[in-house]
Amino acid sequence: MTLRLEQVTKQFGSFTAVNNLSIEIPEKQIFGFLGANGAGKTTTFRMILGLIDATDGKISWNGETIDYSKSDQIGYLPEERGLYPKLKVSEQIVYLGRLRGMKKNDILAELKIWLERFKVPEYLDKKIEELSKGNQQKIQFISAVIHKPKLLILDEPFSGLDPVNVEMLKDAVKDLKESGTSIVFSSHQMDHVEELCEHLCIMQHGKPIVHGGLTEIKRSFGKKNLFIHADFDLDFLKDIPGVVSYKTFTEGCKLQIESEAISQEVLKAIQGKGFVRRFELEEPSLNDIFIEKAGESYE
Amino acid sequence: MNKFWIVLAHTYWTRFKSKSFLITTGIFLLFIIGIANIQSIVGLFDGDNEPDIVGVIDETDSIYPTLSKSTDQMDSSFVLESVDGSLEEAEEMINNGEYIGVLQVSFNEENLPVGSYHTDQPSNTSVSNILENQLQQIKIAMATNQAGVDQAVIESIYSPVTFDMVPIESADGSTAKTEEELSGARGLVYAMLFLLYMTVLTYGNMIAMDIANEKSSRVMEILISSSSPVSQMFAKIIGIALLGLTQIAIFIIAGYVLIKQKQDELVGGMFEFFGLSDIAISTFVYAIVFFLLGYLLYATLSAMLGSLVSRMEDVQQIMMPVILLIIIAFMVSIFGLNAPDSSFITITSYIPFFTPMVMFLRVGMLDVPFWEVGLGIGIMIVTILIFAVIGARVYRGGVLMYGRSSSLKDFKQAIQLSKKE
Repeated sequence: MTLRLEQVTKQFGSFTAVNNLSIEIPEKQIFGFLGANGAGKTTTFRMILGLIDATDGKISWNGETIDYSKSDQIGYLPEERGLYPKLKVSEQIVYLGRLRGMKKNDILAELKIWLERFKVPEYLDKKIEELSKGNQQKIQFISAVIHKPKLLILDEPFSGLDPVNVEMLKDAVKDLKESGTSIVFSSHQMDHVEELCEHLCIMQHGKPIVHGGLTEIKRSFGKKNLFIHADFDLDFLKDIPGVVSYKTFTEGCKLQIESEAISQEVLKAIQGKGFVRRFELEEPSLNDIFIEKAGESYE
Repeated sequence: MNKFWIVLAHTYWTRFKSKSFLITTGIFLLFIIGIANIQSIVGLFDGDNEPDIVGVIDETDSIYPTLSKSTDQMDSSFVLESVDGSLEEAEEMINNGEYIGVLQVSFNEENLPVGSYHTDQPSNTSVSNILENQLQQIKIAMATNQAGVDQAVIESIYSPVTFDMVPIESADGSTAKTEEELSGARGLVYAMLFLLYMTVLTYGNMIAMDIANEKSSRVMEILISSSSPVSQMFAKIIGIALLGLTQIAIFIIAGYVLIKQKQDELVGGMFEFFGLSDIAISTFVYAIVFFLLGYLLYATLSAMLGSLVSRMEDVQQIMMPVILLIIIAFMVSIFGLNAPDSSFITITSYIPFFTPMVMFLRVGMLDVPFWEVGLGIGIMIVTILIFAVIGARVYRGGVLMYGRSSSLKDFKQAIQLSKKE
């Protein structure tokens, strides 16, 4: 059960939305698909789902092209949330579930389990428009996974949720992965990606600029973060060769350094200057990598 | 195919259960029941069932019996009563509400009757008109009698002329439709024009709204990832068609039941007016065929346009061309009712948007050779297929497009989006 994209390109007129993208997502994996707004993520998802056709390249799942005969095995949570506002939760999920090839009774049984799990069993007969945005999101998530898809595409699944609910949905995503689902996961929340994905790809202007396992990506990035908390002024550290960036905090500063070795230079420089409370060398966060690779003004 | 039925059933049931559908159907049913019982309802407002009384002061002492007899024969809503007293006393009784009016009859110097009608309701002219007519008859009879003309001569003067229209056999052996057949067909054509007009406006709009609604609530993206947009489009068109037929069936059944119940009252009334009993079976068959084709054509068009907009507010705007087309078709056919054989009507009956109305009008009112009707139906089917193919294309791409739209540019973009390379 492997999803494979081979040199996929999509052009809209003269505009290239996705350029020569090749990725492979095996079973039981959550693949992080990152990119600034307009980087071509949604277009890629739509191509995977077969909603639009690639201009060039090949998309296959288990060696076969994806069309409507496989839609029962695919789940999709689009970035733009949408449910029928006037329908009850049960009617809604039954309709969408049946469109994924399930039987009505199975859907209702499964729906009750999910509502219990998300601690909202009382919503079964409520209309969608009566629910809060976060709760609508839970329903939307259920609609994407109720038929136990083999391939699941989650476009920003946690946006607009409070931390408690984020944890609840995160656990659900992990369980799905354990049960053998291949998951494509897109998020702007780098910590979520770091927690869930072993493999990822960062897109920029339709091109994959970073691609691989999370640990390799971090290692090959080279740069490290150095946190120093001290009682004296640390401004002079930014002049040390090898220090890429310098940010002050109330208690100290955060340095980005070109390699591990620079940390020792810094250590020498602050020795004897006064009381040092914290000196810590850290792996770069995905956030740092993303900001450096994907864009200047990005949150 | 299975998913086609799921979408169809969903479209049908959610619409069927919706408040707006139940309310409109309910209002229409009440309306139909109201129309059928219109006589009793009018009677209700008239208060008691005793007929109104008109007092007659007959100063001639000879006219009252004749007048009373002929008024009774007229089966009018009032009866006459002879008054012995003076005009003042009679007027007093009008104010009491016992009489609705008083007719004073006397002779003039030529010994002919003259009347004056005194009432407190001068705006209600129906009573005074009847009385005036009756008195006129009596006057004519008396005047001619005085002149020495025989009663039989009078009758022959006033009897209407005999005038028949006789259709002759044409060169190909068929007979043109008789006057009765024509008026019957006219009734059916009228009914069909209205029905098609209303249906296309209502349900075409409903389809476009439904699609725009799914787009604006963004549920569309999930839907088209689970089943093909083309089968969804047709499931919608047919689902809403079935909904429309359900509604029409409810009205027809209600109407039929009411007519059955009130057969005595209505026989010779509405039926004869429209002359429905004289129509050939083939005309009914054509009515159904053209109705379904007409609906399909306009519904496909609406679905295509509906898939282009993403907000409910834009639906009306983008539906304008469809509404204009159906209005033009309606106008053309109303014109055609009076001149069904003009060449303008013949030509427009082959334009697919007008065919369901105009060709049906020709079929109903003229003797159109079968190949002409067949050609019209053929052109329509081809047009529907073309629109279905283009519509499916536009729908496939259109449902993925968001933003302000309603122009030809979007149309092109939608087709490009759905292009298979």
